[in-house]
Amino acid sequence: MLTVLAMVAGWPLARTIWLGLTDASLSTPEAAEFIGLDNFRYLLQDPDWWRAVSNTLVFAVVSVTLETLLGLGIALALNAHFRGRGALRAAILIPWAIPTVVSAQMWNWMYNDVFGVLNHILVGMGLLNEPQAWTASPSTALLAITLVDVWKTTPFMALLLLAGLQMLPRDCYDSARVDGVHPLRVFWRVTLPLLRPALVVAVIFRLLDALRVFDLIYVMSGNNRDTMSMSVYARQQLVDFGDTGYGSAAATLVFAIIALLTAIYLTAARVGREDT
Amino acid sequence: MAAIRLHQIHKRFQRTEVLRDMSLDIPDGEFVVFVGPSGCGKSTLLRMIAGLEDVSAGAIHFDGEDVTDTAPKARGVAMVFQSYALYPHMSVYDNLAFGLKLAKTQRQSIRERVESVARTLQIEHLLQRKPRELSGGQRQRVAIGRAIVRQPRVFLFDEPLSNLDAALRVQMRLELQRLHRDLGATMIYVTHDQVEAMTLADRIVILNGGRIEQVGTPRELYQRPANRFVAGFIGSPGMNFLAGTVTDSPGDDTEIRLDAGHPPLRIPPLNTPTGAAVTVGIRPEHVHGPAQDGDCALHGTVISLEHLGNETHVYVDCDQDQPLVFIDHPTTTIEPGQVITIGLSAADCLVFDTDGQRVPPAATSGP
Amino acid sequence: MTRRHGLQWLQRWLQRASFYVLLGIILIYTVFPFYWAIVSSLKSGAALFSVELWPPAPHWDNYVAVFREQPFGRNILNSIIVAVSTVALSLALALTAAYALGRMRFRGRGLLLATILGVSMFPQVAVLSGMFELIRSLGLYNNIAALVLSYLIFTLPFTVWVLTTFMRQLPRELEEAAIIDGAGPFTILTRVFMPLMGPAMVTTGLLAFIAAWNEFLFALTFTLSAEQRTVPVAIALISGASSHELPWGNIMAASVIVTLPLVGLVLVFQRRIVAGLTAGAVKG
Repeated sequence: MLTVLAMVAGWPLARTIWLGLTDASLSTPEAAEFIGLDNFRYLLQDPDWWRAVSNTLVFAVVSVTLETLLGLGIALALNAHFRGRGALRAAILIPWAIPTVVSAQMWNWMYNDVFGVLNHILVGMGLLNEPQAWTASPSTALLAITLVDVWKTTPFMALLLLAGLQMLPRDCYDSARVDGVHPLRVFWRVTLPLLRPALVVAVIFRLLDALRVFDLIYVMSGNNRDTMSMSVYARQQLVDFGDTGYGSAAATLVFAIIALLTAIYLTAARVGREDT
Repeated sequence: MAAIRLHQIHKRFQRTEVLRDMSLDIPDGEFVVFVGPSGCGKSTLLRMIAGLEDVSAGAIHFDGEDVTDTAPKARGVAMVFQSYALYPHMSVYDNLAFGLKLAKTQRQSIRERVESVARTLQIEHLLQRKPRELSGGQRQRVAIGRAIVRQPRVFLFDEPLSNLDAALRVQMRLELQRLHRDLGATMIYVTHDQVEAMTLADRIVILNGGRIEQVGTPRELYQRPANRFVAGFIGSPGMNFLAGTVTDSPGDDTEIRLDAGHPPLRIPPLNTPTGAAVTVGIRPEHVHGPAQDGDCALHGTVISLEHLGNETHVYVDCDQDQPLVFIDHPTTTIEPGQVITIGLSAADCLVFDTDGQRVPPAATSGP
Repeated sequence: MTRRHGLQWLQRWLQRASFYVLLGIILIYTVFPFYWAIVSSLKSGAALFSVELWPPAPHWDNYVAVFREQPFGRNILNSIIVAVSTVALSLALALTAAYALGRMRFRGRGLLLATILGVSMFPQVAVLSGMFELIRSLGLYNNIAALVLSYLIFTLPFTVWVLTTFMRQLPRELEEAAIIDGAGPFTILTRVFMPLMGPAMVTTGLLAFIAAWNEFLFALTFTLSAEQRTVPVAIALISGASSHELPWGNIMAASVIVTLPLVGLVLVFQRRIVAGLTAGAVKG
């Protein structure tokens, strides 16, 4: 298994990093020459790259924040006992189960400037004067796409947090009830602190995931500069422009950023676990 | 069937030495019990004999054949685990047959052997059931059956009865005795319960802190414990201990002045110098309440009584570290708080030196 | 006394009512887009341009068109083959790996597990060019076998991690009893552990299946012709008569076709899936 993993993961990664140091191109791979850090230098000066970075960061932060808040709310709701709880829990899995591409298309259709149902409702309710081109206009595009990701991944967060909630010891709540503490205070002082480890894990997990985003942005806005993420940028360079060297350099940077954050997280987790 | 010899066995886990210089000879067909407090290394020793743990130093021989580095499969051992370790997804029949199937035994032969073992253990009606449908006692029998069916040279038992309730335990003890009689196999049994050890063993090996304290028949261990640990471990309720010093004695007898101002104890002569600090041990059944003629009499206050129905255990505070216990008849009228005089039967006292070793008698004739 | 009782009762009722309203909102929020897709897929022609909750005259035209205008049937088949192969391969490899990692002690085990977890965090883009080269050199470009191979990069770490966790929980005495009965490692794995891991394997297999089914980047990059595409790529690339006119009805129809079985799977196995997801993430 290790050999397979090494072959499937290790080797391509190494190749990508190597290619990033060359000027290879898709059409003439044999003519590649080692050009050192030129690609990287070029990359760091490209405004499109920086826009991609900021897009990705904004996307990640906003979506994870919203997912966490909404997810927490849904988790709390689902933690209560009521009829049909199982059915609702199954229902919220639906957005997660739908392939990202399909979700993207579904929302594209709902966002459509002429025929989209979203515009129809908002205009009808008087909140908007005229239909908006949600995914086309630069001011709203990133937000619109972010909201789709929130829709799709909130169930995952909700389930993680629900699992965390259900592992909390009942006695704390019982004793709080006996002491007559207000439920809101119980939430702030008891639930949240106890849930913190699970919260942290979930948030970081999602954050690392969000930084890698590709499918959603590509399908909803293609190679649009205003919304492209780092991954979209890298791929564009690689495949559409055929600039293997430059694209690999971009890809390597993406990897480095995520690897760094992952390493920080893993060491922090390991230290944290030793403390407890 | 096999005779087992352990020769200077050492066992280390990382840096901790768990077993030290153990040597033991177990003749063919004997029922040996390894007993001792938790952490004494008895389970580890058993697992080393099974082949589940490596030997750090030393050798193990089965019938003269060195098996120290042999895999369990090739040693011809069978083991009954504390948690039974039955394969949950297989029926009882398959559980029993598994080892035989792996050894590529003939299907007909497997069937015969499994059914015969099932009959012996009275579990034939359970052959098609799954382990989760069985009671604790039934699972235990299946575990034992799985060991028997392989006709091993050595049977190993790792605290097999600890998960059963008291009544079932007594019943299973009788079954194990019967099994040993019928099969005549070498059996090594590990337990922390000295009652099981005393009732089942041909010989007992007492372990403590990775060392063998004493090896002997139950009676030997009871009447002539080698040291204070063995004396206190075997027997329930446990032996009483009193601290004292050897004083100059008139005549041949050894005289011991007991601490806390009690009268001196005069016992048959022992090989111990005057002035030595000793511990006197005496079993509850050799303490008389009230004191009889010839006893060394002590005063004390009754603390509590335990009524067991067939006898009563009386706890008396005599200014020692622990209260002294003696056994009274079930209809005793003794009450807590009562001041009482109890008598120690001098002839039945055992004396231990400061290292815990029993001091042997001084006379030329042996014990 | 009765007055306070009445007020309390009203409060209680309001609380309950608002709770159920909240639940309703959650429900609508999650299900509406999918519902809308179904609705849109049943409208054809001009009806698409009007917005109603339910089509006045449901048509199946879009569904027919989807299959006619691209080899959608073939695409579905591709997806199935790729997903099933990936799952089978991953489970087989992960099972043996989990046995080694879960039951045997060796130095560096913790580090190895952490590394495997780290691999699952790779951005796909980072291995894209290297993988592309590898695939080309193996002659697998525009072949779905390329996808099976490349998907292992994210299915393997996950399956190994989850299966290792389950393996660790199997009682040691069971393994020892099997050793004494004379079983070698392979026998122990296949005849003792595997039957007990059944549920874990189903869960992991399901999650791996969903991941493989949904994968987009590799599928987009490593296939060229329409016949070799998998479903996600096919849906993303559905084009219409002119470059500005997307056949939304078709797209919605394709979406529904692809999603219905998935949703069904998820609803049936939801308990398992939830357990698998939370086990994987919480323990990590």
